Amino acid sequence: MAATVLLGPYVSEYYYLATYTILQFIVLGTAWNILGGYGGYVNFGTAGFFAIGCYTTIVLNKIFPMPLFFEMLAAAVTAGLVGLGTGYLTLRLRGVFFSIATLALAIVLQTLVVNWSFVGGARGVYVIRPPISGVLMAFFGFFVPNGISYVQFLVVLMVALTMFAVLAAWAVEKSWIGIGLAAIRDDESAAETSGVPSLRLKLIATTMSGAIMGMAGAPFPYYVTYVDPATAFGLAIAVNSIAMPLVGGTATWWGPVVGAILLGSAQQILTVTISSAANLFIVGVLLVVFLTAAPRGVVGIVRSWKRGRK
Amino acid sequence: MTANILDATGITKRFDGFAALTSVDFALLKGERVGLIGPNGSGKSTFVNCITGILAPDEGSITFDANDITKTPAWLRARRGLARTYQIPRPFRGMTIQENIEVPLRFAVGHKSARVISEAAQVILDEVGLGEKADLSPKGLTQVELRKLELGRALAARPKVLIADEVMAGLSESEVDEILALLNRLNAEGISILLIEHIMRAVMLFSQRIVVIVAGCKIADGLPDDVMQQEEVERAYLGE
Amino acid sequence: MEFSWDLVINAIVTGIVLGGFYAAVAIGVTIAFGMLDIVNIAHPAFMIAGAYLAFLGWEDFGFDPFVSMAVFAPCGYLFGRAFYRAYHYFFERRGDESLQGLAFFFGILFIVEIGVVLVFGVDYRSISEPYLESSVSVGFVSVPWRMLVPFLVGLGMLGSVHLYLSRTFTGRTILAVSQDVEAVRLIGANPIRAKEIAFGIAVATAIIAGVLLIIIQPVEPSITREYIGRAFAICVLGGIASIPGTLVASLILGVAEALTTTFYGPSWSPAVSFGLLLLTLIFRPVGIFGR
Repeated sequence: MAATVLLGPYVSEYYYLATYTILQFIVLGTAWNILGGYGGYVNFGTAGFFAIGCYTTIVLNKIFPMPLFFEMLAAAVTAGLVGLGTGYLTLRLRGVFFSIATLALAIVLQTLVVNWSFVGGARGVYVIRPPISGVLMAFFGFFVPNGISYVQFLVVLMVALTMFAVLAAWAVEKSWIGIGLAAIRDDESAAETSGVPSLRLKLIATTMSGAIMGMAGAPFPYYVTYVDPATAFGLAIAVNSIAMPLVGGTATWWGPVVGAILLGSAQQILTVTISSAANLFIVGVLLVVFLTAAPRGVVGIVRSWKRGRK
Repeated sequence: MTANILDATGITKRFDGFAALTSVDFALLKGERVGLIGPNGSGKSTFVNCITGILAPDEGSITFDANDITKTPAWLRARRGLARTYQIPRPFRGMTIQENIEVPLRFAVGHKSARVISEAAQVILDEVGLGEKADLSPKGLTQVELRKLELGRALAARPKVLIADEVMAGLSESEVDEILALLNRLNAEGISILLIEHIMRAVMLFSQRIVVIVAGCKIADGLPDDVMQQEEVERAYLGE
Repeated sequence: MEFSWDLVINAIVTGIVLGGFYAAVAIGVTIAFGMLDIVNIAHPAFMIAGAYLAFLGWEDFGFDPFVSMAVFAPCGYLFGRAFYRAYHYFFERRGDESLQGLAFFFGILFIVEIGVVLVFGVDYRSISEPYLESSVSVGFVSVPWRMLVPFLVGLGMLGSVHLYLSRTFTGRTILAVSQDVEAVRLIGANPIRAKEIAFGIAVATAIIAGVLLIIIQPVEPSITREYIGRAFAICVLGGIASIPGTLVASLILGVAEALTTTFYGPSWSPAVSFGLLLLTLIFRPVGIFGR
């Protein structure tokens, strides 16, 4: 009994942090998949959009503190607009130019942040967690007698964001937007001659995808309390958000979820047991193995297995 | 003027300084069947791409159904009723055959209800003779079936003008007749058709009028028998 | 930094010399991306592999960097051919280049970078030879040999690739593949084999560029990312498939970076290539020589 009370907070704290990380990757993978998986346009700049979310929070926190929910909205708007702008400028070109431009975008943004002393420049910045608003505290207090810690609050928030992101992806997939994007992915010229307004659909997807990535980044500064450009623009974010949908399967909303849970849990275990450099190496190897051996991901494996049983 | 459904004037297109099309004029009457012929690389496909909005011409203007569509994007031209097939079939490979047909029904025609779309797709698949294969992937189709799918997808857009780009290349004589019968049936329903084709038998059987493009220039335009007797056409096209 | 003409001229000379090296980095991207339509964003990973091979050769066997080039470039060529075969088998053949194929190169880039971290750590590694430490001086401008060697080798590589592509049968086939694959089939050549050879050459140039890189400066694994921007900025600015364009664009980028570093500081230099790339894509996607 005493042991539980003493150890409880430490053990559970780690699990909360791990859960937060995995949920964050579900959101990022799902957001990436709206453009990449449905429309076939590879975005290498997820870290850039994520960092826009982080730094929106940091800037707002410094000049005009407000509840996290509004910071997330602001992050969504900023990242969505950057997505729209990048898309508008490069999506008329061959698809690969969009991919190269997103790669460039992330680096240009990172250089800007490194040279922007207001948000800490290359050294980074400490962020003070704002109090959880009274209404929310009362709400949680209704379920948990002792109230909740800030990390627990962030996890709850992330659960809500994950549900929102997955629901948005599902809605896109089943709507005319998803059908149009699928046609674009298969053959863009043929889609155009079938009446699919490809530029408009791609812009919708880029904006949505960017906005959700920004929202995923907004709570991050409060989660880590110290942010530097190397973390916010981290390679792990760019790689995971591509690897997770491709490993899970890009054609459906649940592919990125499965991929994020698989890769995310594997990485948590590996980080604890081996090292964090090794776990990224394994993500890279898994990505390449899946791309070559199972290009349709886990979804594809499940589907062919089902077909085989019929 | 009002009898022309499609009017292209002075269409010029250059690639890296090379003139692929030089000031081509072309008109299509409502309900007309026209054949467009010319040697390989003469600019026929470039012309089709300019008309349908896949390429932007450097000069010239295009009027369709009394609207200037020179700057209209391809998808909007499709919505207004300008449909085409591709010379090399370009199905949506990740979809079933029925889903392929449903794309233009949803986007070009603007149907919203899944039930209406599915029923309309069935009708079109039956019309082009792919009704049995609705739930299959286009990956398993034969050449003639892929051509029919291309035609079916173009039809699903409920076009006023259909541009059929070499829909018969590589098909057997009976398959050519099958496609010709289909095209004639569509024409009888009121669709104007521009047929681009190498198979002269089909062109002569089908066309009310023939246009010849050689090296990016229109060199003949008239009744099939007259055109085929023109000296330039014989020299430039049939002589090769 | 205070403005002075000495600084400007120094920066321009440094930039031109740097540009010659950038040409060595970008030529492989011009071949793979421009001519073969293979979006090899892992090119800088092959380069960094070359740099670390040169380091190993120098440390363990006392290889002069030129010996490293002679030993490792042919290995790179053979590896590149095998790599292209695998790429073709898994992606091109299935028509999966644009999504899965692109992600594949990204994965390779990542595996190489982290692999180097795991083997060598994140410390800087460098090599030195006495002749690289001296300089050539003209007036107040002085250029060290460790910059001049990469410049000269870079120009030599560009010239050789140009001669190979324009004068040999295989080279012309490669150029023809970049224009029209079907036409190559019609004249009886095998486009896949031509692409395989060309990709082998592209990887060999990356290995040489890597050796040149470690001559110029100490290297660490994450340097790959900067070079993605440089290589693709040059390739796109140069008109994608043009060798003269690659040279001119390399010199432009080299000078632009040197000027930026001189007057605004090195922390802005990554933005130069990527910014140039974004601006080119937005305003002039056909490159400086395109029409």
